[in-house]
Amino acid sequence: MRKDVHNLLESREFKALVAKKAKTSIVLSVLLFATYYGFVLLIGFNKPFLAQKIGETTTLGIPLGVAVIIAAWLLTVIYVVWANTSYDPEVKRLRAQLLGK
Amino acid sequence: MPPVTDQAAGAIQTTLGQPTVPAIAFFLIIVAITLAITYWAAKRTKTTKEFYAAGRSVSAFQNGLALSGDYMSAASFLGIAGMVALKGYDGMIYAVGWLVGWPALMFLIAEPLRNLGKFTFADVVAFRLRQTPVRIAAAIGGILTVLFYTIAQMVGSGSLIKLMFGLPYEMAEIIVGAIMLAYVLFGGMLATTWVQIIKAVLLLCGVSVMMFIVLAKFNFNPGELYTAVAAQYGQGALEPGGLITNPIDAVSLGLALMFGLLGLPHILQRFFTVPDAKAARVSVLYATGFIGYFYIIIPIVGFGAAALIGREVITSIDKGGNMAAPLLAEFLGGTPFLGFIAAVAFATILAVVAGLTLAAASSFSHDIYVHVIKGGSATEQEEVRASKIATLLFGIVAVLLGILFKGQNVAFMVGLAFAIACSANFPALTLSIFWKRFTTAGAVWSILTGAFLAVGLIIISPTVWEDVLNNPKGSALFALKNPAIVSMTASFLVGYVVSLLTREETAEQKFEDEKLRTYLGVGAE
Repeated sequence: MRKDVHNLLESREFKALVAKKAKTSIVLSVLLFATYYGFVLLIGFNKPFLAQKIGETTTLGIPLGVAVIIAAWLLTVIYVVWANTSYDPEVKRLRAQLLGK
Repeated sequence: MPPVTDQAAGAIQTTLGQPTVPAIAFFLIIVAITLAITYWAAKRTKTTKEFYAAGRSVSAFQNGLALSGDYMSAASFLGIAGMVALKGYDGMIYAVGWLVGWPALMFLIAEPLRNLGKFTFADVVAFRLRQTPVRIAAAIGGILTVLFYTIAQMVGSGSLIKLMFGLPYEMAEIIVGAIMLAYVLFGGMLATTWVQIIKAVLLLCGVSVMMFIVLAKFNFNPGELYTAVAAQYGQGALEPGGLITNPIDAVSLGLALMFGLLGLPHILQRFFTVPDAKAARVSVLYATGFIGYFYIIIPIVGFGAAALIGREVITSIDKGGNMAAPLLAEFLGGTPFLGFIAAVAFATILAVVAGLTLAAASSFSHDIYVHVIKGGSATEQEEVRASKIATLLFGIVAVLLGILFKGQNVAFMVGLAFAIACSANFPALTLSIFWKRFTTAGAVWSILTGAFLAVGLIIISPTVWEDVLNNPKGSALFALKNPAIVSMTASFLVGYVVSLLTREETAEQKFEDEKLRTYLGVGAE
């Protein structure tokens, strides 16, 4: 068992799985950071941009704030869809490979 | 009991502050249902796995609601609605910050946490390190976080219940303590989870109804609502104001809110109640959806209160604006709707304090009693008994601290709890999951650095030094309102450097097992 575990962890497939997971997590985290801190820094450095009117009185800042929340939620949807379709089947296969022996 | 309205607010009649029949009736119904659930849960709560983790029987959807329940406190419901009512768009900026930690929680730690942990987040930090020092350090970080969060909740709840029901402050503290202890002591995690679920559903429904009636008054056109707000308070109410003046301060607060979530013990403990990593992941999807929806509609409630009730009336009842949502409820639906919203706010307080108490008790009994005092070899019965004693003690301490801090400005304590969580708990947790070379010494120093730096820097920051200790403006030694950007970075650096200076071969060898569990869930409990 010990040796099997070691071989599995050193296998190309397991390393590819770890790399794939890291890549997805990092890309989505960077998108989340860019969205939220982009919004915060926009407020910090360019208030007039957010204060411009897009309706009678409605400012651009209002839909933008809502958009940040929706974008954050959509990122979680992307992650779940990715994990369910691309990550889980691979995990299942590698698990079976190890425990099936 | 005289009504709280004073002369300035003479134009509006409110029963706020009086124990009305609908308020008491709704409150008693909620308490009766939750105690019935506790009775049902008590019969299913015998083992430690049941007490700490609801037997890992909670579904992803249920856990999503329970996570939302833990997170949507009375402070965020009443506080953010009030902030939007009084400060306009700035309140909305603040609301956005509370959501963005959730996706990060999903991408970075939800699944490893579920696969590696048993009952507490310290299980994960200590997975391949030396148990005693790491458990003690993690318990310090975890309990400090929970303690400050609890003080803020207890003090807030005493004042809120006094404002809404007219109950004396001390009486409110004792009622909260007693009912919450009944949930946790007898029903453990299963009862606490269902209390959270019920409260989350009631809160989401209540706020949705308020939003719907507000929008109906403006022909379902938010633009008309904003125009009404701008007509009374000027266009400035819809523009960014004074909240973010220093971008570094804003980023530091943002870091605390985002990564603090990844270090809140009562939130992390919820991930041990679901059956597997997939359920953990999906539960964050639900939680993010519910909480995001909540923070999108709360500003509409806040703007509605500003337009329909008026800032003058709101501040005449509570300077901080906390009564904006209850006043709006009374205006929209009369005494019965106010009673409903007041009862929901009360239930919210009970549920959040119950979750915090369970997290603190788990840390005392599972981390300190079992792993430090008993060297990891306590029997099932001993551990269950220890956890119940710890629950009782923490509950009593919470009530006493609530009474002790009566009338104090404790708003900073929520920020402090998030600062400690992101500086002490989060770095050690992630380094332990992802970095092979992480050592016991690295973990202990990282946690202690983060915890004490966060506490120390916040004391000499404007938030406490000037606003709480009443020192002159500009005299604070540390310029930022929230220390996260410094204390979290320092904690990571210390963890990294100390680990490189020490070497722990057993920890490196066990990293293989950890990886197997992190990614494939092999051996997960």
